Amino acid sequence: MSSREINIVTPKQDAAIAPRFNLILGDNPSTANLRRYLSGIPKVDAVGLEQRAAALSTRSIKSTSKLKSLDKIIELIDLTTLEGADTPGKIRSLAAKAIRPDPSDPSTPHVAAVCVYGDMVPYAVDSLRYFNKMRDGNSIKIAAVATAFPSGRASLNAKIVDTTEAVAAGADEIDMVIDRGAFLSGHFDQVFDQIASIKAACRRPDSTYACLKVILETGELNTYDNVREASWLAILAGADFIKTSTGKVSPAATLPMTLLMLEAVRDWYQLTGERIGVKPAGGIRNSKEAIRYLVTVAETVGEEWLQPHLFRFGASSLLNDVLLQRQKMKTGHYSGSNYVTID
Amino acid sequence: MTFLEYAPAPESKAILKLKPEYGLFIDGKFISGHGKPFQTISPSTEDPIATISCANEQDVDVAVSAARRSYEHIWSRLNGAVRGKYLFRIARLIQERSRELAVAESWDNGKPIKESRDVDIPLVAAWFFYYAGWADKLDYAGLGADPQPFGVAAQVIPWNFPLLMLAWKIAPALAAGNTVVLKPAETTPLTALLFAEILEQADMPPGVVNIITGAGETGRLLVNHPDVNKVAFTGSTAVGREIARAVSGTHKKLTLELGGKGANIVFEDAPIDQAVEGIVNGIFFNQGHVCCAGSRLIVQESIHDDLIERLKSRLSTLRLGDPLDKNTDIGAINSPAQLERIKALSSAGEVEGATRWSADCVMPAKGFWFPPTIFTNVSTSHSVARDEIFGPVLSVLTFRTPAEAIAKANNTPYGLSAGIWTDKGSRILAVADELRAGVVWANTFNRFDPSSPFGGYKESGYGREGGRHGLLAYLKSGAPATFKRSEKQVPTSASPVKAIRRSRMTKRVV
Repeated sequence: MSSREINIVTPKQDAAIAPRFNLILGDNPSTANLRRYLSGIPKVDAVGLEQRAAALSTRSIKSTSKLKSLDKIIELIDLTTLEGADTPGKIRSLAAKAIRPDPSDPSTPHVAAVCVYGDMVPYAVDSLRYFNKMRDGNSIKIAAVATAFPSGRASLNAKIVDTTEAVAAGADEIDMVIDRGAFLSGHFDQVFDQIASIKAACRRPDSTYACLKVILETGELNTYDNVREASWLAILAGADFIKTSTGKVSPAATLPMTLLMLEAVRDWYQLTGERIGVKPAGGIRNSKEAIRYLVTVAETVGEEWLQPHLFRFGASSLLNDVLLQRQKMKTGHYSGSNYVTID
Repeated sequence: MTFLEYAPAPESKAILKLKPEYGLFIDGKFISGHGKPFQTISPSTEDPIATISCANEQDVDVAVSAARRSYEHIWSRLNGAVRGKYLFRIARLIQERSRELAVAESWDNGKPIKESRDVDIPLVAAWFFYYAGWADKLDYAGLGADPQPFGVAAQVIPWNFPLLMLAWKIAPALAAGNTVVLKPAETTPLTALLFAEILEQADMPPGVVNIITGAGETGRLLVNHPDVNKVAFTGSTAVGREIARAVSGTHKKLTLELGGKGANIVFEDAPIDQAVEGIVNGIFFNQGHVCCAGSRLIVQESIHDDLIERLKSRLSTLRLGDPLDKNTDIGAINSPAQLERIKALSSAGEVEGATRWSADCVMPAKGFWFPPTIFTNVSTSHSVARDEIFGPVLSVLTFRTPAEAIAKANNTPYGLSAGIWTDKGSRILAVADELRAGVVWANTFNRFDPSSPFGGYKESGYGREGGRHGLLAYLKSGAPATFKRSEKQVPTSASPVKAIRRSRMTKRVV
């Protein structure tokens, strides 16, 4: 354990998130208060939600729109490797791919971020340093999963250390997991406090914050009602992004779940004027599917959400399919897996 | 260009092999009618599609006698299993030709291709499959052993779901052993004529289904023909009344499926985003040309403003335009006459003091179009809350208690459909019990299934279509019929081919 002092912050003390819950809950995010508030949020009808998602899936995106979508998808990808077998070499390879996804076509945009385990952050920083220096403002972000990813089963102290170390090492973004056990057993305050504490741990010495993505692990929360409540809970506790899944639990991201979370951020925007990001992660493997997500975002929260600071795809194999489609659109014929690089 | 300006994705018309002219389909053949031919046009471009024959009195007579002959000598003598085989064959052919039928339907009617492709045509096939299954099980229809068909059914259908209404009418009639003379609407005859081709493909015995085209006069001649045993009509309440008058005092059986002013009741605990979808689906599906449309939104006062805001922003994402484009949500109004009616009723709503809001849609220069429109501040006495508009126009009323919601929902001369949106199961049951509407949807709207009966209360008509109940409109209970069971030509083999041969032989003998 780090010798640094572990500072468990209550939301009240933290200026970054105080306005959010004060607005909604006064100054007392107790379970009773949270439960009362969350239970007042309109419920979800599963059949209707899935019907809507299916209807959005029938949009037909052709020619110029398709080419535009493919580039957009690349710009929104968090290129991810989250394996026990990850090595510095693997991270370097991933970073190179993030910079230049298609070596045969320099017009290909770079991805939004690389997403790695916390201990791999220094290697990612190292690999991206030169590229990011050259592109002021339009850099490839480094996202680190933290808080005992993917299960989240560790003490709060361990989670905070996990986070502060990643931030200190240069992570721009923290992908944390919520304590699903606490949520399912009804301890909303515990979930809330953990998110708020991790938010506080995202604070850098210069008082800026690493972007906090809160993973709900929708496959474990199981019901749409749970996911909607968890989305609001995460937003209230300070999330900058709400993210569907770790990718380690099946089912991972689904279109109805993502639609539901988009509706939550839309409603939050209506209420406060503040835009929260959404990140579906895991299970989105091909362009066709990813385009459905773009359509869903554009038609639910609006096109302004299709920007890296408001929408991301957590994916690894998606990128190569997009590149193949892109090559096909440009050249008129399909190539094959040997014409895109493995990372 | 923004991402949301999706590039055009039109379904190709090249799949259609249309003839420039279509005759009447009588006794298994296309023959020209003796009335004045007319054009069917595309309501989205006003381009002519084909020239259609018009049936006059003489043609109607020929069609009815063909149906009579075929009834007496072929169709009523086949056993149920064989009738079922023909229906299964039709159903499969519809599936095979579904893309073509969807394109024809959208072109001729103006509805978006995504609806004809995903709703209309799959339901048409489902209807034939469903009643094909009933054909040899009529003993279990609840009418006692060996229920009998009526004979010749005269069927007149509307333009809003041309092929689907044809299926609703023809499938149960044939399953029950009746033969049919059907008249599609004069603005949408195309898919009925393609259906005639499917009948030829299915090797259907001649005269079992006859399709005659023409306007209101042809329909009047058909339902008034003395040799018709059963009249089935879907359309406006005014015409339904006229038919009821004409048929009264005759031996003819009658079912009517008429207008509606469906109430969509949204309680404050409703799943709100899905309710918004349901409201959109309830009134803007098929440009609101739906007799069971949820044209009156009855919303609890406490969520009125929030719901209307959500509804407006959702409506702003609807895409109005070329019905053949796969991304079109709102197609064209079917005819200039209907467009005039919608415009007139909407203006009346404004004059009476309701607040009008229309989505900001770009209207194509040619064709007949009306933007999705909402009227708020509507009270029960306003004409937009009482008259069937049959267009993409929603009237919003409010309520304070469930009792008031029920009273307002029932306060209409119609009674076809209603919707209830609430998270509370017990409330769904309690409210549904009180609503005088033939169909009540809970947390959904405009969902159809062949196994579920559909029909109205009060001025919305009588009789049911779909399900076991739909059969009862085409069967009389097991009293002795015109022939004894032993006289029926029951094929010795289950082979459909043999059965068809037998039916043909019967025809020739006659």
